[in-house]
Amino acid sequence: MMPELGKYAGEVLSSYAASLVLLAGLVIVSLRASRKAKAALEALEKGRQDG
Amino acid sequence: MRLNALWEYANPVKFMRLTDRVLPVVSVLALAAMVVGLVWGFFFTPDDFRQGSTVKIIYLHVPSAMMAISAWFMMLVTSLIWLIRRHHVSALAAKAAAPVGAVMTIIGLVTGAIWGQPMWGTWWAWDPRLTSFLILFLFYLGYIALWEAVEDGDTAADLTSALCLVGSVFAFLSRYAVNFWNQGLHQGASVLRAGALVGDTEERVSNVFAVPLFISMAGFVLFFIALVLLRTRTEIRLRRAKALIARERLS
Repeated sequence: MMPELGKYAGEVLSSYAASLVLLAGLVIVSLRASRKAKAALEALEKGRQDG
Repeated sequence: MRLNALWEYANPVKFMRLTDRVLPVVSVLALAAMVVGLVWGFFFTPDDFRQGSTVKIIYLHVPSAMMAISAWFMMLVTSLIWLIRRHHVSALAAKAAAPVGAVMTIIGLVTGAIWGQPMWGTWWAWDPRLTSFLILFLFYLGYIALWEAVEDGDTAADLTSALCLVGSVFAFLSRYAVNFWNQGLHQGASVLRAGALVGDTEERVSNVFAVPLFISMAGFVLFFIALVLLRTRTEIRLRRAKALIARERLS
């Protein structure tokens, strides 16, 4: 199903690969930070209720 | 609609409650539009008669460069709201947007270089648009670094807002320098060219390429919104955690 990219295949494929890696990296970093902040805040608020 | 009702979302609790419902919807829409736009562009568009298959780079280059510049303008607006009305959510939204804008700038620079090499015969040229875009990238780095360097949140928000105002010059030049600074390699607007839309000139991106491009652009806009909402929620939680820790230390 690969389209015929001709002599520019390297340029086109590396553009897509680099962009998708950067976008995926940004999403992963953001999700990880979100999860961490949520857990930290929940622990703090729980500690406040218990204490 | 009362415009004043918008300010209610400057309240962190209301913002969290609203984005809790909005974020999943925006995320799904963003993913759908990006997949459709990029798959359509990559697999189902013909080669350009002069550019060959490199025309497929447009589906990444144009949306990412557009968002790199638009993200800075969004940060300008939210920074001004912070400076004038002192809404913390607004300052945190600007902070949350910066890394997203920076990544968009890298993608614009990388895809532009890869595209420029075969088409212009060079990876890079000190053309007005390219140069101001590179400076915009440096401003993103400086902006992110300044947030990290200042301990006090409100002071950091004040200083980064001022930096954002200055950097807006280069965001503006990145978008509009091509219109009045005619000595560069980079072409002017060819996607949304006003003259072509009203029929003055035929010269613009053909519909075969334009339809998937518009879908991809919509996808990048939604992607940006989804990530900024997610990251602003993170910043609000971190700020609240910091306040709780400070309160505990006092008591």
